[in-house]
Amino acid sequence: MRQIWNTPGGVHPPDNKEQSLTKNIGHLPLPKKLILPLTQHVGTAAKTCVVVGEKVLKGQKLASASTGISAAVHAPSSGWITAIEERSVAHPSGMSAVCIEITCDGEDRWIERVSYPNYQQASAMQLRDLIADAGIAGLGGAGFPSAIKLDSGTKKPIDTLIINATECEPYITADDILIRERADQIIQGIDIVSHLLGKPKTILIGIENNKPAAIAALNQHCQGTGIEVVYFPTKYPSGGEKQLIYILTGKEVPSGQLPADLGMVCLNSGTAFAIKRAVIDGEPLISRITTLAGEACGVNRNYEILIGTPVSHLLQHNNFNQALCSRLIMGGPMMGFSLASSEVPLIKTSTCILAPSHTEIPDDEPPQPCIRCGLCSEACPASLLPQQLYWYSRAKDHERLRSHNLFDCIECGACSYVCPSNIPLVQYYRSSKGDITNALAAKATAAISRERFEFRQVRLEKADIARESKREARRLNTEQAKKISPSTTQSTGSSAADIIKAAQLRGITKQASPEQQKAKLQRTLLAAQMRLEEAQQRLVQATNKGSADQQAQQLASVEAARRKVEQTTQRLTEVSH
Amino acid sequence: MQEFAVILVSSILINNYVLVQFLGLCPFMGVSKKLESAIGMSAATTFVLTLTAMVSYIVNELILMPLGLMYLRTIAFILVIAAVVQFTKMFIEKTSPLLYRVLGVFLPLITTNCAVLGVALQNANKDLNFLQSSLYGFGAGAGFSLVLIFFSAMRERLAAADIPQPFEGAAIAMITAGLMSLAFMGFSGLV
Amino acid sequence: MMSLLTDNTMLAALLALVGLGTLFGGLLGYAAEKFKVGSDPIVQQLDELLPQTQCGQCGFPGCRPYAQSIADGDAINKCPPGGQSTINAIANLLDISAPSLDEEHGEEEIRTIAYIREDECIGCTKCIQACPVDAILGAAKLMHTVIADECTGCDLCVEPCPVDCIDMLPIVEKIHQWQWSAPEHSADLIATTASGMHEDAA
Repeated sequence: MRQIWNTPGGVHPPDNKEQSLTKNIGHLPLPKKLILPLTQHVGTAAKTCVVVGEKVLKGQKLASASTGISAAVHAPSSGWITAIEERSVAHPSGMSAVCIEITCDGEDRWIERVSYPNYQQASAMQLRDLIADAGIAGLGGAGFPSAIKLDSGTKKPIDTLIINATECEPYITADDILIRERADQIIQGIDIVSHLLGKPKTILIGIENNKPAAIAALNQHCQGTGIEVVYFPTKYPSGGEKQLIYILTGKEVPSGQLPADLGMVCLNSGTAFAIKRAVIDGEPLISRITTLAGEACGVNRNYEILIGTPVSHLLQHNNFNQALCSRLIMGGPMMGFSLASSEVPLIKTSTCILAPSHTEIPDDEPPQPCIRCGLCSEACPASLLPQQLYWYSRAKDHERLRSHNLFDCIECGACSYVCPSNIPLVQYYRSSKGDITNALAAKATAAISRERFEFRQVRLEKADIARESKREARRLNTEQAKKISPSTTQSTGSSAADIIKAAQLRGITKQASPEQQKAKLQRTLLAAQMRLEEAQQRLVQATNKGSADQQAQQLASVEAARRKVEQTTQRLTEVSH
Repeated sequence: MQEFAVILVSSILINNYVLVQFLGLCPFMGVSKKLESAIGMSAATTFVLTLTAMVSYIVNELILMPLGLMYLRTIAFILVIAAVVQFTKMFIEKTSPLLYRVLGVFLPLITTNCAVLGVALQNANKDLNFLQSSLYGFGAGAGFSLVLIFFSAMRERLAAADIPQPFEGAAIAMITAGLMSLAFMGFSGLV
Repeated sequence: MMSLLTDNTMLAALLALVGLGTLFGGLLGYAAEKFKVGSDPIVQQLDELLPQTQCGQCGFPGCRPYAQSIADGDAINKCPPGGQSTINAIANLLDISAPSLDEEHGEEEIRTIAYIREDECIGCTKCIQACPVDAILGAAKLMHTVIADECTGCDLCVEPCPVDCIDMLPIVEKIHQWQWSAPEHSADLIATTASGMHEDAA
């Protein structure tokens, strides 16, 4: 058995996982409408490539990934697009975001699926493109676009691939049941990723020891593959990426760096399954396993839901009792957030819907003053000082918050869980993180505004100087003109009348000699004659091929050209005499 | 060697100039609101103290003692201190204008810091040699720095904490200083 | 010489002190020359804390002149677009207490962005000349429009417009800009400033 390390801190909330493991993965009937937000992942929203009214097939791409960090969105079922507009989404703010709404036609017809069962022959880039095309994002709950995460292998060599099957949060059993039922497909997915990353030396699957059936299934399918299954004692939050890396390898990912900087990549087991589906079966990410748990639901079970299924649809088919429910939570009891309404869609990062009763997860008690007991510091898995962060957050001391590594907080909630005064510590940290980010952004825009202002000052100064020098030059000109013909000027100032007089004088004195005039007129005559010829040619063309309008136009231009020639000839004869 | 260790421990901990001898309380209270300014102030004061101890020893030994002008010690030492502080002020203004602005009026007020005059006069009274005087001066500065930095770190945390309204500001600072002083009493009899 | 001095203690004292004074004065004079200070970089640091809207509400023609004035000792609470957070940051830098915003210079309002109603724009360029950060695109007799990303919301363009076609619209927060709000303070068992309990007693 491989050596494992123990992370600092951590808590042991009751598992509550047996309730949802009594049945195997279920399937819901097709909902009437599917609502697909354009942002179901970390990064920028995807760009729609369909229009309202268009008919789409199951698996058809609805929105492509934007530049930067983004992921595509695909149709989970066949139907037609009924709307692309703002809808309420599952977000702690309760705000709306742009979503694509599909009304299902009930036929669930697939598009033509292109699969690559011989992925071993494909290059890393091709595999990455397939994964990107399939819109795969991290299914453990974070939702980072997988193609971009796996891309880091091109810049730094990867020697360790870690598959995260920990699922440390209570109630959630989605990964557990997926491993129990489809371990062979997960192993195939792992092999595809291993091939993409250039066959890393070590492949580990990290799993907690409260999942014996899953461990057995993995062990059975990993025989002879070189993949090592490592199980370790249950503790929340062992499933965090940095925590899992430390448990399995003893290495710490430094603050501000990524696991790729240590030559490691960490992927959720559900994501590995989705990668297998995308590459070997040609199916983009259109469904995921979601746990439904909580006493307010008559049935607690894992479902393979179509992404975009409204939460109300899921609850409806599982004897949901609104009166019993304390609040509806998307995610687990530690890191999840409350939903304002159940008319929001399930998305790629929806690991669990929790509908607890009032006794199961009681309402928040009012927070009391901090007694400085230090239990939070003992519980922190990132070795931070939550108590100090709390005080500095209250005082809005951004400098001290940053020096105490506020941005290394993974918001796991262990500190709030142990606080005897019921202080909502994580909310303080989240709001401070937002404040600091906004302050930095405001500073950046202010710096740009300052640059623009200073550039404008410079521009205005230059314009002033240019104007002054022009005025000087004009003044000198008028003085020189005065010197040439002093009789025409009487006053010495540079008033408007004088300027006009000076200009007129210049015009008179600059009049050309008769020879020059004649030469000029001859040139004009030549040009006019050429234009006449061209106009006549165009007229011929218009007569042969053009419409009546064009003919009339060309006739007019020929007339004008002829007149010009006559005018010029006349003036030439005048000048010659 | 052991003698130097004794001098340092004595001047830093046992006879700490701020918390045991209660000298130099003005900058102790005035510049301890922020840790960065406290560090700057303690560096400045240590520099002044060491230099003053050295120069005042020289002045005492070479001018005052031979001419029998011991009664002029206080005035002469003040003259020395004023010159050293002025020099320090010019140096800080040049090298760190931010620290200069942050310290503000407290920088020239090091002249009136009774700890500086106290060190000079005590050294003269105790009939020490040059090295011992300098060490006492440096130790006084180190002790002042230690206490000032501790105190400012505490004041920063107090500023963020839930202090009852009647105690906010100077009141809780004074109480904290008193408690620190009680703690330093524990060092008596160490050597 | 020494016997003269030891006999005449008054003379000795005078000479000693005058001598010391002259010596130190000389040394300090030399040091003053060596450590001559140039311009004050504090103005740069203050300027970086100001919001750069260049609106003039503080009474100065831009943020840098106000920063210069603060460095010369002016009050730090004259900037409404910066608001209380800027006052606190300046107070932190200068290590002085942070007063509340001076109402005389305006109130802290939510940030707005200028918007030109293009149907009514006559292309006079008066707003372009007024904008301190050149955030309006356009030329004489051509359409004018505000570059939203560069607009600081100073509203100096609104007055010069002869057809009054510029609106100051509040910035609408989008879902990706949303941030968590700070939780309400805990129940206070003692009268702290934060709890406000002492105000009831008074």
